[in-house]
Amino acid sequence: MNPGTRWETFAHEADVGVRGSGATLAEAFAGAATAMTAAICDPARIAPHDAVIVDCTAPDEEMLLVDWLNALVYEMATRHMLFSRFEVTIEDHHLSAIAWGEPVDVAKHQPAAEVKGASFCELAVRHAPDGQWLAQCVVDV
Amino acid sequence: MDLKNLKQRGEFEWELPRAGAMRVPGVIFASRELITGMDEKVREQVANVAGLPGIVTASYAMPDAHWGYGFPIGGVAAFDADEGGVVSAGGVGFDISCGVRSLHTGLKLADIEAQKARLADRLFARIPAGIGSTGGVHLDPAGMAAMLRGGARWAVKEGYGSEADLTRIEEFGCVEGADPGAVSDQAKKRQRDEMGTLGSGNHYLEVQVVGEIFDEAAARAYDLAIGDVVVSLHCGSRGLGHQIGTDFLREMVLAAPAAGIALPDRELACAPLKSELGQRYLGAMRAAINCALANRQILTHLARQAFAEVFPGVRLPLFYDVSHNTCKEETHTVDGHKRRLFVHRKGATRAFGPGHAELPREYAQTGQPVLIGGSMGTASYVLAGAAETGRNAGEHAFGSACHGAGRAMSRHEAARRWHGRAVVDELAARGILIRSSSSRGVAEEAPLAYKDVTAVVDAADHAGLARKVARLSPLICVKG
Repeated sequence: MNPGTRWETFAHEADVGVRGSGATLAEAFAGAATAMTAAICDPARIAPHDAVIVDCTAPDEEMLLVDWLNALVYEMATRHMLFSRFEVTIEDHHLSAIAWGEPVDVAKHQPAAEVKGASFCELAVRHAPDGQWLAQCVVDV
Repeated sequence: MDLKNLKQRGEFEWELPRAGAMRVPGVIFASRELITGMDEKVREQVANVAGLPGIVTASYAMPDAHWGYGFPIGGVAAFDADEGGVVSAGGVGFDISCGVRSLHTGLKLADIEAQKARLADRLFARIPAGIGSTGGVHLDPAGMAAMLRGGARWAVKEGYGSEADLTRIEEFGCVEGADPGAVSDQAKKRQRDEMGTLGSGNHYLEVQVVGEIFDEAAARAYDLAIGDVVVSLHCGSRGLGHQIGTDFLREMVLAAPAAGIALPDRELACAPLKSELGQRYLGAMRAAINCALANRQILTHLARQAFAEVFPGVRLPLFYDVSHNTCKEETHTVDGHKRRLFVHRKGATRAFGPGHAELPREYAQTGQPVLIGGSMGTASYVLAGAAETGRNAGEHAFGSACHGAGRAMSRHEAARRWHGRAVVDELAARGILIRSSSSRGVAEEAPLAYKDVTAVVDAADHAGLARKVARLSPLICVKG
């Protein structure tokens, strides 16, 4: 992950909010993906061994964030993998990314809860006055 | 929640009067203490739901209501297709037909005490639980379609359980109108390895003991007595339901403007019932309900196998199976007239009263069993659908009641406060055995991370939504 990318989870009464920020929209999206992994387990426990390619297109940036996170939920569920490193490119509401991770190892990763889907709750993608991009939403766990 | 602008209708019923875009009032069932503790977001979400096209009578919130997506969790709303009513993917949620199923065991507490640890180990070994776990049932396309059409009926035909089980499930184990063709390939692919899995988060399988009876007659009808050991499991439609929620939320958000629907919150994503999209969603959502019923039926089979290993010859007849996150077409009397309505229950339980035509014969005089899950260290409850006569008579909230305790704090805060190992040890000291592969998962589900389920159930009882029958205390909990 680019050193400028930051991520955090934030509280939601029943579920978990995920938030990424960075100098570019792509960095913010990569941060949000790391935050989503953190809702499941400690990202530092996941070795970025295997690469998976993700592509999505949406009518606006907020929908693109939901689509991006849901594409990762789908890849995690069907490949039985967890991801810890994300290389994201975004152009004209089209996202291309490589997600690196490894197969789920319960003893090693200690996953707490699976993410069922990314929601439109608390959804925001914005360019702050300080030049930083922020991307966030609540994920259902 | 600030009580300002709420009109108190009774000790346990509060009205949010119509204002702004609301087409009907909001009604929240809760004690003063519970409603005071609710997030302001619940008021906002109840009001937003009240503004959806075709809503009938009121936008309701149950005593365990909390901040959800679009609808509050614990939200109930009914829509009339003939009045422009809608079906909302947000109003059903991601975990379609997540629900609780309880089984009798015929065993008493004394029978299992000496075998409790072995039973816990066998259940943990048999029940696929947690992230990365896969089930033993893998369906080809034809098998998937048959499962999505047949629900628990399909599972029984495949050898998981018996015909007798089907009478003790809502819709007798199979919702009509499921359309496997409306379910995306992605949703089906997500389900490929997940049949017969428990899931994670707040999903569980518990062995419980009946600790207290509040209504002797109802308890007799439900075959419950003090000291009886029962099994309850909480899970839903797994990846298939989650993906259907994801697919249709997106499609309904994008289609809403063309349908003339202004969404105050995109999570209220909905489509007219009389539209191609609305009908397609109903077909997919019903397929997900059937998937959840089939899934709980397979898990029932696995639980029976685990019990039989420890207690040869024991039978685990089904007590009842309820679903929480659904939209169901039902007949209700509104202002003296019977109407076909599409009732959304988001984190709420159907709670039909005595005499309802859709109840199994043996529960006809008592009302539907309403199974309320608590947290792993506290208690669960059995209630009965409210009667049409007597205290707080009449059908409230289209025959609905609460569904659980609701979280008192975020997962993040729970994981910060407690360590999973300490929670497991503390509960073991109280005689409650936890089996989970995730220490953090246990911490996030710590008993004190949940609200007081007893206060929620008492409020449901006093409000006339359902009546208390029995309290169940946990003995063993397999966490997803």
